[in-house]
Amino acid sequence: MADSEVTDQSGPKDGIERAKNEGKELTKEEKQRLRKEKKQQKKGKEKKDDKAPKESQKEKPPAAAAQPSTQPSTQPSTQAPSQKVCSAVPAPAVAAAAAETTAAKEKPTKSKAELKAERRARQEADRASKQGKKGDGAQAAPAKSKAAPSELQPVVKRLPEHIQVDNPDVLKKLAKKLERQQIPLRSDYGYKVSLFSHLHQYSRKAPLTQQLSIPSSVIHPAIVRLGLQYSQGIVAGSNARSVALLHAFKQVIRDYTTPPNEELSRDLVNKLKPYISFLNQCRPLSASMGNAIKYIKKEISNIPNQCKDKEAKNKLLNCIDCYINEKIVLAAKAIAKYAIEKISDGDVILVYGCSSLVNNILCEAFEKNRKFRVIVVDSRPRLEGREALRRLVQRGIRCTYVLISAVSYILPEVSKVFLGAHALLANGYVMSRVGTSQIALVAKAFNVPVLVCCETYKFCERVQTDSFVSNELDDPDDLIVTRKGKTQLENWQDVELLGLLNLVYDVTPPDFVDLVITDLGMIPCTSVPVVLRVKNVDM
Amino acid sequence: MPGSDKETDLTERIEAFLSELKRGGCGTGPLRGSSETARETTALLRRITAQARWSSAGDLMEIIRKEGRRMTAAQPSETTVGNMVRRVLKIIREEYARSRGSSEEADQQESLHKLLTSGGLSEENFRQHFAPLKANVIEAINELLTELEGTTDNIAMQALEHIHSNEVIMTIGRSRTVEAFLKDAARKRKFHVIVAECAPFCQGHEMATSLSKAGIETTVIADAGIFAVMSRVNKVIIGTQTVLANGGLRAVNGTHTLALAAKHHSTPLIICAPMFKLSPQFPNEEDTFHKFVSPQEVLPFTEGEILSKVNVHCPVFDYVPPELITLFISNIGGHAPILCGVRCVQVDEAAPSAAFTDE
Repeated sequence: MADSEVTDQSGPKDGIERAKNEGKELTKEEKQRLRKEKKQQKKGKEKKDDKAPKESQKEKPPAAAAQPSTQPSTQPSTQAPSQKVCSAVPAPAVAAAAAETTAAKEKPTKSKAELKAERRARQEADRASKQGKKGDGAQAAPAKSKAAPSELQPVVKRLPEHIQVDNPDVLKKLAKKLERQQIPLRSDYGYKVSLFSHLHQYSRKAPLTQQLSIPSSVIHPAIVRLGLQYSQGIVAGSNARSVALLHAFKQVIRDYTTPPNEELSRDLVNKLKPYISFLNQCRPLSASMGNAIKYIKKEISNIPNQCKDKEAKNKLLNCIDCYINEKIVLAAKAIAKYAIEKISDGDVILVYGCSSLVNNILCEAFEKNRKFRVIVVDSRPRLEGREALRRLVQRGIRCTYVLISAVSYILPEVSKVFLGAHALLANGYVMSRVGTSQIALVAKAFNVPVLVCCETYKFCERVQTDSFVSNELDDPDDLIVTRKGKTQLENWQDVELLGLLNLVYDVTPPDFVDLVITDLGMIPCTSVPVVLRVKNVDM
Repeated sequence: MPGSDKETDLTERIEAFLSELKRGGCGTGPLRGSSETARETTALLRRITAQARWSSAGDLMEIIRKEGRRMTAAQPSETTVGNMVRRVLKIIREEYARSRGSSEEADQQESLHKLLTSGGLSEENFRQHFAPLKANVIEAINELLTELEGTTDNIAMQALEHIHSNEVIMTIGRSRTVEAFLKDAARKRKFHVIVAECAPFCQGHEMATSLSKAGIETTVIADAGIFAVMSRVNKVIIGTQTVLANGGLRAVNGTHTLALAAKHHSTPLIICAPMFKLSPQFPNEEDTFHKFVSPQEVLPFTEGEILSKVNVHCPVFDYVPPELITLFISNIGGHAPILCGVRCVQVDEAAPSAAFTDE
């Protein structure tokens, strides 16, 4: 008991340090206290007890003596790292979470830090309870099921900033963060259609780099260049953007030197954060870029402290090369191998826009002497199909070119549709360039099989059912066109009630897609969460 | 001689009309709306009736058939020309029958029955000469012209029955009928319109500017975004170039995609089409149904070398099957697509008139 009193007086930091360094289970006193607090909370809600009553009787007096709010709040937070090490802690973790609410109820006046710590504790407890579901058996489960509904679990996931543009608090927070990182804030442009007021809409004519001072000491020049290439559309396409990002990071790592008294594993990650914010401001990150960044951060934090600078940097550069090679280059080869089985002689294949993967597949199939012809469908305002057309024609493939409004005219001739993807969402929806869902819809109406090709590193945990909640709005001025000397929409900004909408992505429901070809094989659209789970276990 | 002057004047006008038809069609989309074409055709037919030399109804019908064939041959995709010719032929037959004194009006309801039982009216019946026939026919054609002038307004009057407040309505390309329809509703109700621009001609831009000037909140989207935004749309209201006999449409390209997207989201698809767009044709094979314009619109000459190595298509029209359509709104009210065939027959009864061209 004396132990616990000592810990009562010492600040929260010691508790965290202790748990981190030792990774040990909580001391018996702490466990008891937590259990008791949970019991109190249960009693308060008039739920029946699961734990042994005698424990409660034993613990009541010591608990009544010392009930500082900080201590129980730190205990769960110390547990969070130790969660991963020992599995016997889930129940006390839940108890701690339960304790938090009772403690909160009993003590109305709390300091900000305490509230913050409590919230964190609740979140950790929530996460722990989810883990604990797999671990502990019957005893923990009913306890948890009682505890969980009785608490107000806050949302564990944080909503990304780029879909909360209509929330002024979020914008203020973002502005503050960018100021801290010394990155200029990009302002929205033009009248936004009301349905999309929660998204950013930037103008291509006002790139972020105009607001940077030269020379910029905060952001590495390779990153500045990359940001400009993104925002002007010079580097476009999921794979291209990821590869460019990784190459820029390689340059950053090469030029990096660890400042004294700092560890590479922590400092480099902190250095990368403002770069990522800057790139996000130039153009919202894609799902594949997000996954790549997660991988790099993980690799960096796994660098052992004893490693020398040079060694560490070489290791990181190798990791990045490995990633690119495995996830992109080799994956493309694997996908091409599977896809070529699906292409037979005499096929008429329809492709949409410019997907590097699909172009790769077609070129390989052509080299393997399959006889087929390709119909390239394109759409305004990006007109990416022309790029695909050039590449295919260069190889010698017979091509036809139409705009997306002529798809229902040309589809009776088509035998297969190959589509690329920007990301595959966890509920089986395919997120891809706007217009893809339309092509899949019309193909379905004509009974033409639709095959989506996507590498596994583009799979992401998000779920989405429509193209509104999370999308990207491109420059609305792109829709303006001059025909026969007349530009109808020239002064659209002056007209009050007129808006232009230039979407970049849309989601295709899984019933339109017949097959997804990935580097792991050919799977149906609904198996994406399975692949994600397998990947997470591997990582 | 004054007679021959009139004749040459008449032929000149016919030639001018034919060349306008030819030129107007092979440009960048229809240069003028269908109602203008219909009016001009009817005016020209009235002039033919007034100025050409004929003695009996049969002669007149022969002349009109001949000119009609030439007009449809000049621009096969412009079906309103053919429809107007058929209407005028019907008018002539009716007036002839009325002059003869037989009670043709009573047989209106039995038109289908007549079609099946009568072996086809023999041409001799039209050889009789009636003095007031010319005046009667011209008067009837004038009535037809007034009807044509009022079609857009008639359709627009029905707008408030179909549009309620705070709706999101989607349309594609530019249709003067739909424009009038929406503007009429906007006088009393507030709603939002999304216009798909309909590449490559981008007529949706004109439509959007015109609607926004009338006080309607408008958004322009690219064709590729039709399915993406369809989930938020309450109604789809479009115009069409022709309504076919089976209830299907020949509409501007991109309409089929729009119709499929609407069907997928169970959004009603409403067509605003005046009666003169109703045609007794069925959707034939690709050769006669589709019309193509210069692929320069799709892949411009500036693309250079690859132009010689690729095929580029630029179709103007789309076929929309009748099962995707919810409602037709015409100047005589609203009706379902399945009744299109019946209306077609009622408009022009006898078989010979329907096949005045050698189709």
